[in-house]
Amino acid sequence: MSTVQDVSTAPVVAAVPKKAMALGPLASLIILALLIVTPLFVKNFIIFQMTMWLIYAIAVLALNILTGASGQFSLGQSAFYALGAYTSAILMEHVGVNYALTLPVAGLVCFIAGFLFGLPALRLSGIYLALATFALAVAMPQLLKLGVFEHWTGGVQGLVVTKPDAPEILASLGLKVSQDMWLYFFTLAVTILIYIFSVNLLKSRSGRAMMAIRDNEIAASAMGVDVSLYKTLAFGVSAGITGVAGGLGAIAVQFVAPDGYTIQLAIALFLGVVVGGVGWLPGSLAGAAFIVFVPNIAEHISKGLSGAVFGVILIIIIFLLPNGARQLAYLAQGLIGKLRKH
Amino acid sequence: MTQAQLAERAPVASTAPLLSVRDVSVVFGGIIALNGVSFDMQQGHILGLIGPNGAGKTTLFNCLSRLYQPSKGDILMNGETILNRPAHKISEIGIGRTFQNVALFPNLTVRDNVRVGKHARTNSDIISDSLKLPWVRKGEADINKDVNNILDYLDLHHVADTIVSGLPFGTQKRVELARALAAEPKILLLDEPAGGLNHEEVYILGDLIRRIRDDRGVTVLLVEHHMGLVMSIADHVVALNFGKKLAEGTPAAVQKDPAVIKAYLGDKDS
Repeated sequence: MSTVQDVSTAPVVAAVPKKAMALGPLASLIILALLIVTPLFVKNFIIFQMTMWLIYAIAVLALNILTGASGQFSLGQSAFYALGAYTSAILMEHVGVNYALTLPVAGLVCFIAGFLFGLPALRLSGIYLALATFALAVAMPQLLKLGVFEHWTGGVQGLVVTKPDAPEILASLGLKVSQDMWLYFFTLAVTILIYIFSVNLLKSRSGRAMMAIRDNEIAASAMGVDVSLYKTLAFGVSAGITGVAGGLGAIAVQFVAPDGYTIQLAIALFLGVVVGGVGWLPGSLAGAAFIVFVPNIAEHISKGLSGAVFGVILIIIIFLLPNGARQLAYLAQGLIGKLRKH
Repeated sequence: MTQAQLAERAPVASTAPLLSVRDVSVVFGGIIALNGVSFDMQQGHILGLIGPNGAGKTTLFNCLSRLYQPSKGDILMNGETILNRPAHKISEIGIGRTFQNVALFPNLTVRDNVRVGKHARTNSDIISDSLKLPWVRKGEADINKDVNNILDYLDLHHVADTIVSGLPFGTQKRVELARALAAEPKILLLDEPAGGLNHEEVYILGDLIRRIRDDRGVTVLLVEHHMGLVMSIADHVVALNFGKKLAEGTPAAVQKDPAVIKAYLGDKDS
């Protein structure tokens, strides 16, 4: 054995695994506790904002699986978000399906749509794929306005969605839970489930196959990975999760309309991935916080120039933390490690 | 001279070949990269494929790993053609490979790189994987066991959880070998494994290749520039030049073949 060892000397590499995709158990528990406790002490409007934050976090996570794990770009996530939102809204308002049950349907519809879109997208890579998905995002609001579907979609007017009440069993237990509070905890539960499933997926054989494709397609196929299959699966999974987020979004906002799902949403989600750290799933929460809260902060600073202020904040963050929130997390980890030693 | 020719004409064909390349031609546009090349690989042999730059070694290699489709001829493994298989269905029948300039998954750890090697030997689907169902846990445990064995075998345990892109070139080559072995290949295709290694490292590599053949019963196709390595470990050598087979036989015979000497060193008159 010793002869083999001589081929190379032991490497000097930082001990922190750079591509760990999930948080440790302690950090996860702290964040979870904060997410559970905070809404008990804030106003309903803030709870609503936190709900939207979680919903965008799901959508950012979905894009993170596509870009971070399988290495494909998409500027068309708003289209899948819209598809999920409309699926939920139509099922609730036209068919009378329970809101919770509309989410798996929205996810499935979007998974199929994403998988099918992934097939032609196989021929494109990098910026060309980004452009093709961009076209999808641009087309979607107009497709939703088409007269043919107007009976179902409500055309330009959109659809109003009824906000669900907390289940009666909570009231009978003596807990008074407002609609906003209930929806928040419902969204939190869905978020946790999706997060766990996503981490499982990325740590599994399928996830490794996707990351292998991201890193080197030819080598991946030499190892027996069906490159086309896993690329389209990644598209499907990403679209499916985005669809669930869209469905939740429709329920939370109580309204769907074509102009709510423009390319701007797709770009915001892309921004969320970059700010959170590409390929780092917990970063989705930070990325979503950025796209939900920073525009408000910018408006607070200057009403007339809120867009410019937002841009400046974005540039500062990208300049200081080019690897997004992940970088911050590793800095913190390093600091805590040092403090422990002393 | 006569002795050399005798050796050349006495191929060891006692059993049916594991892999046979039959009259394979590859044409790119107007250029004939390979022209009717045929040879056999015997089970448990190390076959050296040599030739100057542009001789068609890598082209042949890529036909075997199904990146190129020959325009003529056939490649048989255990008597069955492999040409109807796409590239990702080649590792499941037991053909594994390494790449000329190392093609690892740079952002993954050594362990995960080797785990990807098990892909063709395992099954799963995204739903069971996401839910981490019992058989997925069991599958992962089996994968981890095999991967640990291979990491031990190639002495990679101390770097197992390091991101592969930060490792020295020599170690990366060993990781690539580990990844290929994880797929339990019957035939291992090595594309210039000695490239970028120093004299001593080449010597160690030669030992390692021989050990893999002996311990694991893997048949090896070695495409190599480094004549010293090929001559010291190959059982059988095929020499190519300008897409044609120039000579075939034992290392000693091929080394003495006038056509091979001419191809490598040039004509006396030129």
